[in-house]
Amino acid sequence: MTHMFETIAIPPGGVANVSRRFVMRGIVGSGALVIGASVLPRPAMSAWSTGAGKMPGGTINDPHVYVAIDPSGLVTIITNRSEMGTGVRTSLPMIVADEMEADWSRVRVAQAPGDEKKYGNQDTDGSRSVRHWVEPMRQCGAAMRAMLEQAAATRWGVAVADVRAENHKVIHLGSGNMLGYGELAKAASALPTPPADSLKLKDPRTFRYIGTGSIPIVDLHDITTGKATYGIDAKIPGMKFAVIARPPVVGGKLVSFDATEALKVPGVERVVEVRAWPWPSKFMPVGGVAVIARNTGCAINGRDKLKVVWDNGPNASYDSVAFRRQMEQTAANACKVVRNDGDAEGALKSAAKVVTAQYYVPHLAHASMEPPTAVVHVFQGKAGTQCVAYAPTQSPGGCRDDLAKVLDIPVENVTVNVTLLGGGFGRKSKWDYVLEAALLSKATAAPIKVVWTREDDILHDFYHTVSVERIDAGVDANGKVIAWRHRSVAPTIKSTFQAGADYEAPFELGMGLVDNPFNIPNLRCENGRCEAHTRIGWFRSVSNIPHAFAVQSMVGEIAAALGRDPKDVLLELLGPDRIVDPRKSPDVADYWNYGDPFETYPIETGRLRRVTEIAAEQAGWGKPLQKGEGLGIAVHRSFLTYVATVAHVAVDDNGTLHIPRVDTAIDCGFHVNPERIRSQIEGAAVMGLSLAKHGKITFKDGRAEQSNFDGFGVARIDDAPLDVRVHIVPADWDVPSSGVGEPGLPPFAPALCNAIFAATGKRIRSLPIADQLKA
Amino acid sequence: MVTLKVNGQDHAYDGDTTVPLLWVIRDELGLTGTKFGCGKGLCGSCTVHLDGVAVRSCQMAVSEAGGKAIVTIEGLDPDGNHPVQRAWRETSAPQCGYCHAGQIMQAAALLAATPKPSDSDILTAMAGNICRCGCYQRIAEAVRLASTGV
Repeated sequence: MTHMFETIAIPPGGVANVSRRFVMRGIVGSGALVIGASVLPRPAMSAWSTGAGKMPGGTINDPHVYVAIDPSGLVTIITNRSEMGTGVRTSLPMIVADEMEADWSRVRVAQAPGDEKKYGNQDTDGSRSVRHWVEPMRQCGAAMRAMLEQAAATRWGVAVADVRAENHKVIHLGSGNMLGYGELAKAASALPTPPADSLKLKDPRTFRYIGTGSIPIVDLHDITTGKATYGIDAKIPGMKFAVIARPPVVGGKLVSFDATEALKVPGVERVVEVRAWPWPSKFMPVGGVAVIARNTGCAINGRDKLKVVWDNGPNASYDSVAFRRQMEQTAANACKVVRNDGDAEGALKSAAKVVTAQYYVPHLAHASMEPPTAVVHVFQGKAGTQCVAYAPTQSPGGCRDDLAKVLDIPVENVTVNVTLLGGGFGRKSKWDYVLEAALLSKATAAPIKVVWTREDDILHDFYHTVSVERIDAGVDANGKVIAWRHRSVAPTIKSTFQAGADYEAPFELGMGLVDNPFNIPNLRCENGRCEAHTRIGWFRSVSNIPHAFAVQSMVGEIAAALGRDPKDVLLELLGPDRIVDPRKSPDVADYWNYGDPFETYPIETGRLRRVTEIAAEQAGWGKPLQKGEGLGIAVHRSFLTYVATVAHVAVDDNGTLHIPRVDTAIDCGFHVNPERIRSQIEGAAVMGLSLAKHGKITFKDGRAEQSNFDGFGVARIDDAPLDVRVHIVPADWDVPSSGVGEPGLPPFAPALCNAIFAATGKRIRSLPIADQLKA
Repeated sequence: MVTLKVNGQDHAYDGDTTVPLLWVIRDELGLTGTKFGCGKGLCGSCTVHLDGVAVRSCQMAVSEAGGKAIVTIEGLDPDGNHPVQRAWRETSAPQCGYCHAGQIMQAAALLAATPKPSDSDILTAMAGNICRCGCYQRIAEAVRLASTGV
């Protein structure tokens, strides 16, 4: 999602040798297959079209880029996406291995450095990795298989039709002769990549790994032994450790500082000013004062002793209580119309009953367990100034481009090595912390590791937006919903890129507002003007959180007002199976459909209905429950995937909330790694609980009032849902793959709050729940 | 000067001894398996064993740890085959995995003290360890599995 506002051009330039060495380190022998790119014609044999080609770097499906075979038979498959817990670092190479008939036990995975010209788009965000890359990776594996078969046929002097690749060897069908992949590596590497239209993809019934969920993540053993390398663990000999004092208010700046006492702290070596870019500046550093020391603990001690004078700037009065009142006033009046089917105003006037409710979701912090951190070395090399970074980044390509700009050096002189990410959730799509380390390395002529403390992370985040959502629903005398008016008021992410942006951008409106799938003839969506006074960024599932919370809670409110079953009302609102096309609705501008073609990924109410029915059935919807217990349901399409959740809650007499069980049905099309899909949905239930029950960032005097896990609460194991059942809708190759990382999150909070209503009669309209259930 | 006994090896540290043990383990000894998460003893990512007891290394000054037996994730088992580590792999517990060294060290200390914990014991012992990816279902399952034999 980094590239929603501007397409960052990839400058011309060849493949940097330093990158190649990093990737290929450890591969011995001349038979290694990486011999330079010969890109396949991409559109050929596409099963479905995606928006991948519009992303910077597009897609690459050439085994000469992605696969290396050692004479010993060891196959190295490169992954171009960042691992932050979704399993993608395993899943994409697994696709290649399956198609090329490699034996997974003889495959190792290597991480590509940032180089989108070579590896295609690397922006690991927007739940795009599998949906944009499953087909290129299948093609890549199929091409590699064809090259190995060709090499064997040539060796034996037989027709290629008479040989078959199978489990790391090629077999001559007539004689039963066999050649291992290692024996064929050199000859196969010399072959050109076959044309795409000559490739034969495997029959899905013959997959060894895809769809089986039988392959553990490649880093599993290293994670359990402490050997896995995250950004915070990267080492460059001679590196120093830095923490930075940053302006406490967004838009503020450094006036002066006195480092005398800080420099007296044992272990502190330097105090350096960090260059600032005025707000808004996309992901550029906010500036401040860095303390550089022999270890991070000394640097933190030194920072405590800095005397700094800040000018807090125009956002110093940002106050969440006052801001909420202002947003509520905006939502009480007519706003900018962003979708307008029929005549909602008229229908509301003539309705037999109008149900009105207003919902609030506060700012949230990402709080990935690994805070922002990077190690960067800027030094003079043979080709001028070089920059080598080790960074836990979701966007190594964009990061590399901006490193080059900030250091004023050619992009070829910049290497961004991608480590494991200790969580990302959208925070690590922004690369400000890598730029900070680069600036400090340049200033001190030493490799620098910048670590953000938890306070730095929570006080200086690119926060999830804050929102007021007001919905008015009109019901006729027969109990049918005839009118729906949804006003959304929230600062936009665009404000982080552009001064004065004060309406939601099309991609935000398209996350659960204007793509409302309900079968209501008079349906109007409005967006209220709202200025940002802090940095707004995308947080896992983004605007779907407040939009789905409001829409799916409102379904429960309508059901309550009519005295009907909430699931029945939900299914009735979804209406008959059909395609809903927001582009045909009046006043909808630039509906984005998550950057992918609507023809490939239409909004299908039949799929919404199906996941709703599966979740309800699996949860035992309607079963008898004890007093104080309840079931709640919600369904939402996001990132082109359909997810329904039923939460089962129990609220005791003290108002303590328990969640004995969660059932979630997900329809994400053709899927590669069902075991990791399950883990994403399990995690979404926990993160969903975090934001529903605990999460809030509030501002006073322009500063966040929470700074660590004592103020910004997240779910812990003793209040988390531990029985989460995931029901994956089966899908063949003809159902395009869609997102997984994010879509599990939006339905959780409304399902939970609908369940709380069923259990207690208490309707939660303002998150977090906190102590609202206490008597 | 403090001598730290980490995973059976002595290390001399000649810097400021008021800094948290965590940063010396990570930045000076290069044992990066122990993770920073909050710096306030709120998340458990930095959990190590001190004379067999799970402690938050971000809350302990280096001077307090001198001479005591410190075990980090790297030293839990020479081959990574502690029952908790095996159970973690058996359940594919991690997502991003960052907090899991701390989770594993916490769980190992629990099982050392309470070899057959109840579900309630597990939740109580593990409640100080935050996982933002939300792997709690599998963490609970892994600790149960480790206690019953992997």
